[in-house]
Amino acid sequence: MSSLLEEVSAKALKLNIPLSVQLDLTYRCNERCVHCYLDHDDHGEMTTTEIKHLLDEMADAGVFILTLSGGEIFLRKDFFELLEHARRLMFCVKLKTNAVLIREREAARLRDLAVESIQVSIYSHRPEVHDAITLIPGSLQRSLNAIRFLKSQGLKVIIANVLMTQNMQDYPGVRALAEELGVECTLDPTVTPMMDGNRFTVNLGVDQSALRQVFRDASLVGDVNEFCAIPAKPSENELESTPCSAGHTACYVSPYGEVFPCVQFPLPTGNVRRQRFVDIWRYSIQMREVRSIRVKDLTTCTSCTHVSSCTRCPGLAYMEGNMRGPSSQDCEKSFARTGVPSANMLEKKRAGINLVQIRVLPNMARPAA
Amino acid sequence: MSSLYLARNPRVAARSLDGEMMIMSGRDSTLFTLNKTATVLWQFADGATPLDQIVERRICSRFDVEPAEALQDAETLARELASREILQLSEEPILPRNPVAGEPR
Ligand code: SF4
Ligand code: SF4
Repeated sequence: MSSLLEEVSAKALKLNIPLSVQLDLTYRCNERCVHCYLDHDDHGEMTTTEIKHLLDEMADAGVFILTLSGGEIFLRKDFFELLEHARRLMFCVKLKTNAVLIREREAARLRDLAVESIQVSIYSHRPEVHDAITLIPGSLQRSLNAIRFLKSQGLKVIIANVLMTQNMQDYPGVRALAEELGVECTLDPTVTPMMDGNRFTVNLGVDQSALRQVFRDASLVGDVNEFCAIPAKPSENELESTPCSAGHTACYVSPYGEVFPCVQFPLPTGNVRRQRFVDIWRYSIQMREVRSIRVKDLTTCTSCTHVSSCTRCPGLAYMEGNMRGPSSQDCEKSFARTGVPSANMLEKKRAGINLVQIRVLPNMARPAA
Repeated sequence: MSSLYLARNPRVAARSLDGEMMIMSGRDSTLFTLNKTATVLWQFADGATPLDQIVERRICSRFDVEPAEALQDAETLARELASREILQLSEEPILPRNPVAGEPR
């Protein structure tokens, strides 16, 4: 983060301003990605008027960075009308899309509306791998064509590459492709559970050995020794700090108007169809609870070696049952980085031993035949 | 001295944070924050009000500054913001060409 952005974020945190919001315009999608955590049926999306009203409220509440995502945003017939409204309100607009529906005309319109960046999901440089994940033949080619249209308009494009078992070996190819296209590339080894808590998508994620490979790739992490070092004990300041931006300077709004602390933190805090956005942000009991949590309040994690360097996501922890608890997926990452098991892993292991003892005892107590 | 007109560049993103503007450049996504005087210039840069009027009505009335000095400083600032493509400057009134030209909040 640039130091000015850090300064602005610190100020927003102090003033309780939602600096950044992700708004999903729809959950409908023209791809069927195997790892997707969404229900693609339309259960009553906000109308054009509702969304414009919400954008007005968000601008008044101080929201600056607006990420429009989905589902596939270009499936909304009113997409450009909404984008125009957002830009009239001078939001810094970032888009997340599979780009399949972007042609020259759409790219030119995005340039005219001065969107800040467009993030496009690319899973592999090989069509047979990418298309097997999106389940749409020809989707890689269409997304890549769109990236070229966007680049030719001088727009900033970021390729987002989610790592799974299915495409694990292809990330160097995706990075080479990004370089050839002249765009940025991000790599994310976390697969999100379904919004309803179902964790089958998580099983598609990469395993320990793959994580270890990624975390030891200097082209990704820079100084491997530094990246994989066992962290120092947390300082007082670190223990007093907030876990992440969710609910502090950022939140998420679903196509149905529900407000959550983050797209990966499905704790319902209110609905903009019934309440003003700013009231949910300021006064929702759930938002305030999330906001009250400091690193020192975390169960298990405070006694963990990794606490000062862990990427622990409170949303993933919430989906596991406790927003103050550990997130197993982040434990896996900390372990892959350092080789040191997390406090959560050790606790589970101990719990496992206890369970065996409980099961064994009655048998042992059974009188000999 | 001929009048100088300023207009907000519709390609930037902007929001007020505690009375100071955050501006994201449309050219290269650089983030700027404007101090209170620069924020006033930004807010009243409607393309129709000349700089000397903005300074007289909006700056001298709010801040304890000498009018001539304030105008000179404001012009330097306006040219600096124009060089970063945050403001547009002209010796003629600037009509909004882009229908999506934003309103400051
Ligand atoms: S750590 Fe999790 S909850 Fe926090 S901002 Fe990141 S994804 Fe959202
Ligand atoms: S590794 Fe696990 S237990 Fe340790 S801090 Fe991270 S989430 Fe918490």
